[in-house]
Order: sequence, then structure tokens, then C-alpha cells
Amino acid sequence: MLTGLTLTQAREGLAARKFSARELAKAQLDAIARLNPLLNAYITVLPEETVLAAADAADARYAAGTAGLMDGLPIGVKDLFCTKGVRTTAASKMLENFVPPYESTVTANLLKAGAVFLGKTNLDEFAMGSANITSAFGPVASPWKRKDDPSATLVPGGSSGGSSAAVAAGLGLAATGTDTGGSIRQPAAYCGIVGLKPTYGRCSRWGTIAFASSLDQAGPMTRSVADAGLMLEAMAGFDEKDSTCSNRPVPAFSKAVGKSVKGLRVGIPTEYRSPNLPAEVVAMWEQGIAWLKEAGCEIVDVSLPHTKYGLTTYYIIAPAECSSNLARYDGIRFGIRKDAPTLDGVYEATRAAGFGAEVRNRILIGTYVLSAGYYDAYYLKAQKVRTLIKRDFEQAFENVDVLLTPTAPSAAFAQGENMDDPVQMYLNDIFTVPASMAGVPALSVPVGLNGHGLPLGLQVIGKHFDEETVLSIGGALEAAAGFTHLPSVHAGAGAGA
Amino acid sequence: MSLDLATTRRIAKLARIGLEEHELEATRQKLNGILGWIDQLAEVDVEGVPPMVGTETETLRQREDKVTDGNCRDALLACAPETSGPFYTVPKVVE
Repeated sequence: MLTGLTLTQAREGLAARKFSARELAKAQLDAIARLNPLLNAYITVLPEETVLAAADAADARYAAGTAGLMDGLPIGVKDLFCTKGVRTTAASKMLENFVPPYESTVTANLLKAGAVFLGKTNLDEFAMGSANITSAFGPVASPWKRKDDPSATLVPGGSSGGSSAAVAAGLGLAATGTDTGGSIRQPAAYCGIVGLKPTYGRCSRWGTIAFASSLDQAGPMTRSVADAGLMLEAMAGFDEKDSTCSNRPVPAFSKAVGKSVKGLRVGIPTEYRSPNLPAEVVAMWEQGIAWLKEAGCEIVDVSLPHTKYGLTTYYIIAPAECSSNLARYDGIRFGIRKDAPTLDGVYEATRAAGFGAEVRNRILIGTYVLSAGYYDAYYLKAQKVRTLIKRDFEQAFENVDVLLTPTAPSAAFAQGENMDDPVQMYLNDIFTVPASMAGVPALSVPVGLNGHGLPLGLQVIGKHFDEETVLSIGGALEAAAGFTHLPSVHAGAGAGA
Repeated sequence: MSLDLATTRRIAKLARIGLEEHELEATRQKLNGILGWIDQLAEVDVEGVPPMVGTETETLRQREDKVTDGNCRDALLACAPETSGPFYTVPKVVE
């Protein structure tokens, strides 16, 4: 089943010439043609001849013995990464016609490693959302169904919901995501796949459409922890075009998986034990703790006293940065334009027509917290609280190697639920936002199903630039959990080969 | 702190988002809900705490002061919704 492989399995198959990159790519394209109308996971699917030409080139490199790290592996690209000559929308009406004349560093790195791009995956507009319902190209449906209520359409999480739905349903072996406050980890947890937000600075942000620049970080969304390591290795690396990009060497991340975790100290943050946390999420967390204990880890209670303020701080800093980043969409240099008699009129009409409601609200919040008279009370205050949140992590990491928490406070919900009150929606990110604020790496691993048959994920948070320990612990959880469940909508379901 | 209609109008003007008069009240309520929730930050004591700018994992680098990009005028202009020769066009701003 060529649509059900991990990257690691596919790479072995290609290297052994069990199948060709062309066959592998064709199988994904067929699955996309069949299932994308149900899921809306891809906004743009590349023309078959383009995809197959890339696959043929990969086959030639395998034949010549020059294959790269990701050679011939067909993947989806979140439609937030600029791709040269391929429309890049950020799921916004504003950019519905934008064809970048350049390639983002992360996608250029993946192409250099030989990856074959299938298309651009759907997301929340400008990556702002936790359910993939704010896309101007329509919401993404999760391939998962509640076993007791199969008629409800569930959300795939967000903002990288097209990527998570595609990887879970077999429409690409992996996909890129971006994470600003949980946008890789939460959709990975909702769709039963692996998602890794690397340390801030590990991947270049150049050419990735900006939301909140001090938080945005690209990462892999895959079917195994080893795959996440492999793909991160291809994505990461120094880039002089991003002044915040790290010039530390990129380790062979996939080799960290399978390493013994014996003797590692795993912190359990007391403040994440909210009394409102559903019993099944708590039970899964306890199970994860027990698995790591069996693997020889030492479990330590730790305190992150400012956890409670993570989300509120985020909802000042992220909108503030978003309001400045999105100031560039003015109807003049790229994107759509709505005409008006005055220059200000063009800006106002273009931005009212181009931005959806959630994006507008975040720009307005950001404008408010940065405006004269409110800057100190909101923005400066939030930056100070952010220092406290980061210190919490630094202090905890003096005593432990990683932290273990649930990825999200619940399993996926249905479209229409949690939609009226933005604050309720924001609470989905309560466990993922603090690591983003501190800039530390964090991984979501699928570990089990809840009572409705929906996936739940656990999050492993590590020290700055210590993705390797995060991946080792993630690998141990993966091995213990043995999560092999597939969603109801899957390319392999009902098909012979 | 509660947002009034005049402030909502002013923020929309600052952000150059042309809200219709009938959208203002709904926007005001949405923003108020979010701001009310954000107000819990007031209780945190940040006396003597420096603001965190970026994630401070890397120090800013310097590079040689030379042109590293350019000669792509036409490619960039091709992204614009309206151009005239090698120029972006805007409504007349000076009479």
C-alpha cells in the first residue's frame, strides 16, 4: 500500500528499487483525486506531469546512487510556504492570485534533499486558528469520525489542518507545517499523527508568510517519530536570509529515535493538571508517565508557575506582531486590490475585502495593544510576562531533561462547536502555547483513542536546540503506545493494493 | 478596560480596515470579549522584569555591506495588481 508508508519505509523501498518514485507519487495523486473532494486538505494540487517529472528525476538519482535524504518522497506543503511559480495563498482571499517569484528556504531545502511536492495544503487563514475553519478556500474535514456519531464532521485541528488531514488520510507521506502557538502539534494530535515544532531558529523563516515573527517556526508532520527527525534534518539549517536562524550544526535527528531513554529525567508540570481536564486525557497522560517509567525514566514533578498566563500573553504578542506583519497587504504590490478614489480608500477597501473575520479581529487587537496609551499596559507588560514564562522553563530544565504533557485538552471537536466564543477556541492551545512563548522544541505523539474512537496525543517539550532528546523520548512513547489506528477516511480503506 | 464605538472606529482606521458602520458594534463586542480575558495579565507582578524581545537564542549577526539580491524588478512587478511600465500605480495623492 504505497499511500500508507512512512517516509523511512518509502525511502528503503525506493533504495531497494521495490517500487519507483513515479509509482509512489502516482499512488498519492490518485488518492488525492479520490479523497480530496471529501476532505479539502489541498488548496492546490500540482499538475500530474510536474509531480511525475520530479519523481522521474528522483528515480534517476537512485539509479545513479546520488539520492538525497528525502529523495522521491512525495509530500504536501502547507500553503504558507512560498513556492516559486506555484500559487501561494495563505488560505486568504487577499493572496488568491499570488504566485511567488521565489522559493522559501525550507521548501528549497526539501527540494534539494529530493522531496517531491504534491501540492499546497489548506490551513486557517494566515495560520490564525485552531480548527481549520477560517480558510477562504473552505474548511478542512478531519478524516476521523466519532464511532458513536459518524455523521458529524470533525475538525482536523489548526492551523496546519490540511497537512494533518492529508498525512492521516494517506494523501502524501508527510507534510510541512508551521507552528506559532500550537499549529503543528494540536492538528497532529487531532489527526493521530506526529508533529514536531523545532526550537525557534532551527528552520529558516525566509519565504514563509509571516504571522507572528518571534513565534513562527516550521516543522514536519509525519507518521512516525523517526520520520519527523528525518524530515527536520532536511528542513533545518543556517540561512543568512533570516537573522533569527541559528547557525548551529544540524544533527542527524532520525538517529536519536530508538536511543535508550534510561535515566532521563521527565518533568510533569503541576500547573497543567487543570481540574477541568477530561478524565480520559488525564488517564492517557498517566499512561504515558507509566510507559516512560517502564523505559527507565525518572519522573519528577516540576512547577511552571506562569502557565496560566501563557495564552493571554500569546493573545497580545501574536496579534501585535500580526498587525505589523500584515500591514504589507495594501493592494499595491501584490495580492488583490479594491479600487477607491483615495489611497487610504484603496487600503481600507482592499483589506476589508481581503481579510476574513478572524484575521481582521486579530489585526485590530494587535493595533489596539500597540497604540499610543495602551502599549505599556498591554504589549510591554506581555513581553515582561513572556520573560517569566521563559524563566519557568529554564528553571524546570535545570532539573529535568524533558517535560511530558497532553498536547491538547480534548480530542477533535465537530465543525460548529466552540465557534461562537473566540476565547473558548483559543483554549485549545493552552498546553502548546507556553513552549512557543519560550521558543523551546516540542513534539506531539499519538498514543491512543478516546471513548469516541478519536486520537489523543502527548506532548514532549525539550530544552532549546535539544530536539534529539525530545525525539528519543517521543520514540519511546511511540514504541510503547504502538498506535496503528487509521481514520475512517483513508486511501487504503476498501482498496486492494 | 472596555472598548467604546469611537475607539473601535479609531483602531479600524489605524489598521486601514474599512469596516462598515453596521459591522462596528459586532466587532466592538468581539474585541471586548477578548480584551476582557486578556485583562487578567494585570495581576502579574513584573516589577524589575525585563521585556523579552524575540526568543533571544541567537545574537544578531553582522554581514558585509554589499548587495546580495536584486535585478528582479519585473518578477516583483508581475505580482502587483496594477502597474504602469516599471511602476506600481496608486490613486492620485498630490493635486
